[in-house]
Amino acid sequence: MKRYSVFAVAREGLRYHTGWERAWRSPTPKKKYDAIIVGAGGHGLATAYYLGKNHGITNVAIIEKGWLGGGNTGRNTTIIRSNYLQDPSAAIYDKALKLYENLSQDLNYNVMFSPRGLIMLAQTHHEVRGYQRTVMANQLQGVATEWVTPQQLKEIVPILNIDGPRYPVLGGLYQKRGGTARHDAVAWGYARACSAMGMDVIQQCEVTGVRRDGNKVIGVSTTKGDIDCDKLGMVVAGHTSVLAEMAGFRLPIESVALQALVSEPIKPCMDVVVMANTVHGYMSQSDKGEMVIGGGTDSFNNYTQRGSFHHIEETVRALVETFPIISRLKMLRQWGGIVDMTGDRSPIISKTPVDGIFVNCGWGTGGFKAIPGSGWAMAELMAKGHSPLAEEFHMYRFREGKFIDESVAAGVAH
Amino acid sequence: MLTLHCPYCGIQADETELAAGGEAHLKRYGPGSSDDEFETYLFMRENKKGVHLERWRHAYGCGKWFLAARDTATLEVYGTYAAQTSEPPVEVKAAIRAKHPGWTWKEQA
Amino acid sequence: MSTRLQNAGRLIDRSKPVEFSFNGKRLRGYQGDTLASALLANDQMMIGRSFKYHRPRGVVASGAEEPNGLVNMGQGGYFEPNQRVTTQEVFDGLTATSQNHWPSLEFDIGAVNQLFARFLPAGFYYKMFIHPRPFWKHVYEPFIRQSAGLGKVPQERDADTYEHFYHFCDVLVVGGGIAGLAAALKAAKSGKSVTLIEQTADWGGRAVVDGVQIDGQSAADWVAATLATLGKMANVTIRSRTMAAGVYDHGYVLAYERLTDHISDKSGVRHRLWRIRAGHVVAATGAIERPLSFAGNDIPGVLLAAAVRDYVVNFGVSVGDRTVVVTNNDDAYRTALALKEAGLAVPAIIDVRPSGAGPIGQVAERAGIRVLKGKAIAKVKGKTRVTGVQVCLQAGEGSVLEEIACDCVAMSGGWSPVVHLWSHCGGKLTWDDDQAMFRPDAARGPTGADGKVFVTAVGSANGHLGTAAILRDAGLDATTNEVAEAAIEPVWMMPQGAGPKLRMKAWLDYQNDVKVSDVQLAAREGYESVEHTKRYTTLGMATDQGKLSNINGLAILSQALDAPIPAVGTTTFRPPYTPISMGAIGGAARDAIFQPLRRTPMHDLHEANGVDWEPVGHWRRGYAYPRAGEKVHDAVNREILNVRENVGLLDASTLGKIIVKGPDAGRFLDMLYTNLMSTLPVGKCRYGLMCTENGFLSDDGVVVRLADDTWLCHTTTGGADRIHGWMEDWLQTEWYDWQVYTANVTEQYAQVVVAGPKARQLLQSFGGDLDLSKDAFPFMTYVEGKLGEFDARIYRISFSGELSYEVAVPASQGAAFWQALLANGQAFGVMPYGTEAMHIMRAEKGFIMIGDETDGTVIPQDLNLGWAISKKKADYLGKRAQERSHMTDPKRWKLVGLETLDGSVIPDGSHAPAAGTNANGQRNTQGRVTSTYYSPTLKRGIAMALVLNGLDRMGQEIEFQNDKGGLIKARIVDPVFYDKDGAKQNV
Repeated sequence: MKRYSVFAVAREGLRYHTGWERAWRSPTPKKKYDAIIVGAGGHGLATAYYLGKNHGITNVAIIEKGWLGGGNTGRNTTIIRSNYLQDPSAAIYDKALKLYENLSQDLNYNVMFSPRGLIMLAQTHHEVRGYQRTVMANQLQGVATEWVTPQQLKEIVPILNIDGPRYPVLGGLYQKRGGTARHDAVAWGYARACSAMGMDVIQQCEVTGVRRDGNKVIGVSTTKGDIDCDKLGMVVAGHTSVLAEMAGFRLPIESVALQALVSEPIKPCMDVVVMANTVHGYMSQSDKGEMVIGGGTDSFNNYTQRGSFHHIEETVRALVETFPIISRLKMLRQWGGIVDMTGDRSPIISKTPVDGIFVNCGWGTGGFKAIPGSGWAMAELMAKGHSPLAEEFHMYRFREGKFIDESVAAGVAH
Repeated sequence: MLTLHCPYCGIQADETELAAGGEAHLKRYGPGSSDDEFETYLFMRENKKGVHLERWRHAYGCGKWFLAARDTATLEVYGTYAAQTSEPPVEVKAAIRAKHPGWTWKEQA
Repeated sequence: MSTRLQNAGRLIDRSKPVEFSFNGKRLRGYQGDTLASALLANDQMMIGRSFKYHRPRGVVASGAEEPNGLVNMGQGGYFEPNQRVTTQEVFDGLTATSQNHWPSLEFDIGAVNQLFARFLPAGFYYKMFIHPRPFWKHVYEPFIRQSAGLGKVPQERDADTYEHFYHFCDVLVVGGGIAGLAAALKAAKSGKSVTLIEQTADWGGRAVVDGVQIDGQSAADWVAATLATLGKMANVTIRSRTMAAGVYDHGYVLAYERLTDHISDKSGVRHRLWRIRAGHVVAATGAIERPLSFAGNDIPGVLLAAAVRDYVVNFGVSVGDRTVVVTNNDDAYRTALALKEAGLAVPAIIDVRPSGAGPIGQVAERAGIRVLKGKAIAKVKGKTRVTGVQVCLQAGEGSVLEEIACDCVAMSGGWSPVVHLWSHCGGKLTWDDDQAMFRPDAARGPTGADGKVFVTAVGSANGHLGTAAILRDAGLDATTNEVAEAAIEPVWMMPQGAGPKLRMKAWLDYQNDVKVSDVQLAAREGYESVEHTKRYTTLGMATDQGKLSNINGLAILSQALDAPIPAVGTTTFRPPYTPISMGAIGGAARDAIFQPLRRTPMHDLHEANGVDWEPVGHWRRGYAYPRAGEKVHDAVNREILNVRENVGLLDASTLGKIIVKGPDAGRFLDMLYTNLMSTLPVGKCRYGLMCTENGFLSDDGVVVRLADDTWLCHTTTGGADRIHGWMEDWLQTEWYDWQVYTANVTEQYAQVVVAGPKARQLLQSFGGDLDLSKDAFPFMTYVEGKLGEFDARIYRISFSGELSYEVAVPASQGAAFWQALLANGQAFGVMPYGTEAMHIMRAEKGFIMIGDETDGTVIPQDLNLGWAISKKKADYLGKRAQERSHMTDPKRWKLVGLETLDGSVIPDGSHAPAAGTNANGQRNTQGRVTSTYYSPTLKRGIAMALVLNGLDRMGQEIEFQNDKGGLIKARIVDPVFYDKDGAKQNV
């Protein structure tokens, strides 16, 4: 792999960039791999990368039915944070954040990690207590977060309206280390690094069946033929149920559409990510100047990658209320992705009823921020059969009632 | 933006009048059931890409729950029917099979 | 130079001049001008700077596809960035400034980027700025952000208003060209309700500009007549300046009507968002001309050929005196002829086709125009505007054959149908090799609820470019004056053998500065999917969303990959078709009416009383009632002490009230609540808990048995609708053979808590027929009758620990009742109290609060509420779940009270650290507070907490986090801090 640097760009510039090599190879599948990862999104590629980097397992194929990074990795609003309440969540998301902090250097690919800070607004007393609880929990988890007052918020985010007539801002949960990264670059950087380790990233290759010998996985059938493996990692957010059905088991997940939108670009006006959960919307400004906006999910099962417009309407209305100046911006583009939701809205990183099959799914609306940590834990689980980071995220927790529930705001009441 | 026919009101209801209620025809398991049964009842979902039998409530209309056979890949609605049934009526099954020949559901041909 | 012609201009009204300004210069235009035509009429060729290299840019197009002509417009609350000059009509007083430059449009420091262009290819930032690590955030990124970003940031609150329309029709026809008009007429004649919308102010589309004949009439006359016919039909709705922004599932269409953007008077609603449910959608959205990829094709003065024609015919504006036309098809010849007719010079038509055009070619030559066949443009000369072109062979590598001086280049690379609306909801495309275009694949259209295709593309949107074919496609057989045309010759790179130097100057995406060489680089580096290429190069991601660049870009990609165009495919078409204002999406719901406001009958009285509101769902509840000059916190303490000493009033009208009635009502409630409700005697009250099927506590409240078959269930404020829905869910879908009826009567009653030692005296002061004495009306019972003049139902229940009554009166009597309580209560020292006082008083009594002690993970057993869980029942909702291993784990934290040793208040959310760390290096914990307050009654900090082995640790000390990073010592105690024996409430 030729290293990327300003010098390489300058050298290539002089010869019209004719010397760049492919970022990743496009190989035909081998007969057999030690491990196959299904799904070349961020989580799948990161899993493969850490299998190689941390555990020396490089005879790996990452199989993708479409194009790498084309699922939720390339459709999300790129928010990165680790200010989670529950210990297992804070652990894996903070691992991810720490890996993000060095990911550009690690991968020799600029993923544009931008620790610009992230704020969650509290607009009810209930939310104030919820976020203060998070600050306290984070302190013990080693995650630096702080509580900020409305006046401090106004200084950090001048375009924020803190005295709305309906939901005045009462304060905020601030994680300075949070921020954003360039989503495509995360997938591309991992893919390039995997390819450089000798792994095969096989695109346009759809898995059509999972082959078992008794209760042990032996390989997959694909549109490019049968491929054998010792271990199989399913990392196909949105479509996990479909793949699990091929392997003969069910998962506690449902697939729904999540939408996002961007405005036309304007000059920089917001150097922080803001989430307003009472009114259901969040917003950041991309390096291109677009306001990147997201909101809630649809409530019905859906695989179409299209959502319902009334959610866009509600999200935009919420953000116009929160940031009045955006009323005069225009929505440039809206899109949707399919997210899989578990019974407690926390992910699953787990062994499965089939020997040799591991599953990583259920990231719901929050998967992008977890990519490096998720890959790290999944690789460890696949390599060693055990990972402290993944420990609590096993798929059997629902039958035990051992939820990892981040929605402390459940049951607001008086 | 879905529309579903409310079998009670007889109108084509807009999605904004409706509340989705997840997979239909689940059997409730209470005290005395096994861990497997209970887990299946409460958490394990078909989550089909394709024909999905599901619950809806005409929440901002007549308030009644009804069931729908809908395709999660195309959003086609094969039919809606009363909630007080243990399987889709024949005409809904026929409509499904017209698009998905050989479609079966929960061991029923 | 570009200028206004003496004649021509079918859309402008020369009797109505308007004055506007651009970059502070005062300019004149006419009503009917777009900002683009008015600027061109004033020789303002350069309008902005590009995104990346800050290259000078002028308009390229004349419609919605324009990538360059974006300006900051308006001032103050009417300011808006990124307005497209080709779709903005000019009006008197319009102010616009150019974007993305500093200090000025003419001299822009950012243009230095051009010098480094060869070092800034597609994706350069992925390969650079990696080291040193902190530099990305602090040096590189701020620089990139500042140089990108286009328009300025609005500074003021939006001064405009917006609204939403609901609309239903059998057929929605989008596009007011001849195809749309013909399709609308056909549908209307069949009796269907038809809505016809057109994004511009003008009808007829290209046919009118090009002067075609339809059945012997001029297109203009035909359009006027058809429009008149449609206008007279009762089943037809017509709107211009209304764009179909997006097609969504099941026939939902979003349309965007611009009402005041084109006029000086901004007093009315600015934009109207139409939410249309259409039985069928006809997309008569036309086609967009493609640029050609030659070096220097972005220099101001290079325009699409049809746009040059539009400016002459529609606005009487000549873009240049000498226009060179360059084309691969016959249509651009019309531009040459239109310019000639207007008296302008056309030094040459450069046609890449060796055999040239069809009959129109001879017309051009007869008009004295030089036609250079098989030729191409090697390079456009000029810097801030075109000065000439270098001509070469299309088949070669760009050796210059001659130079032609000119100040305008009109280019045409063929036409692409506008397939957006077809594609938004999943319609598929097919590649038409003969016409070199993607057009809708009729066999794979978007399907609706019934599984049938619900969008039809007609006319040029469906790939028909001839007038007769367009009309036939729309359902009208007509004779026209068309002549045969020679076939288009697809040309994606001009000349075909252009070397790297030329390819680096051949723009695909003008706004985002993506060139042919960038797409080729992406392909070379393995970004082979069209989505990869798009994202790597940013092709098609600008505010025009690739209307001009996408097809050219993917053709270049397909050549680079040596794959046919259809195998490469297109990127996904997503709404909106052109950007729509956030204001319009939000609609009228702003500020006070941002969300529905639920008001109790006493709402206005609280407001007048200076209440401090707190939002609770869509309700607002009084948090406290501070007096003039009093701090909220002090008001809360005053209110509490007054309840403890005198009497207080709480507006509890928001509490959910659900009637459950019927022969099986008792059995039903036994399933719903953890305790037994069927055994509750008539006239009595009982506190009950409800759990989810997951076993978690979800709601609580007092249940009252009103009659043998009737119960009244109180829920939390937030729970009313949720719990009512929950009841109906079980009754309708699981136990549908049970005879139970429910009704949510929350808003039928005003409810007031009258609490305090003097509560009884206050109520008795009303008179009436009720005996409120201790013996006649004991704790946890209710009475019903006249309280003075009020129809009251009174529950003797207490959440404060004091002697307490909850009085329900019909909602219509609520305000009068509240006022009467305040008036009668003066003698007893009555004061209203708010939710915070209520919260603190219940905590003093150790009562749990849903949402504080519970958070969706807590089961009743955690809160020592076992007494409220019936052991006799075989089943209740949540029971099975509570048998799971983690739910019965003795290590579950239990609810206890905490008293700080120093009397201070433990901060909200505080945790109790335990020794050591877990496997992930996180500090172990052994508890957390759920409620923590300063108790004015006890004059000290009190708290409730969930603590590991809490019940076994009574009297022990434990440390919790304080708010300064340290710890605070507390003693574990019984959570009932006040009046443990209940003496106060049982008087």
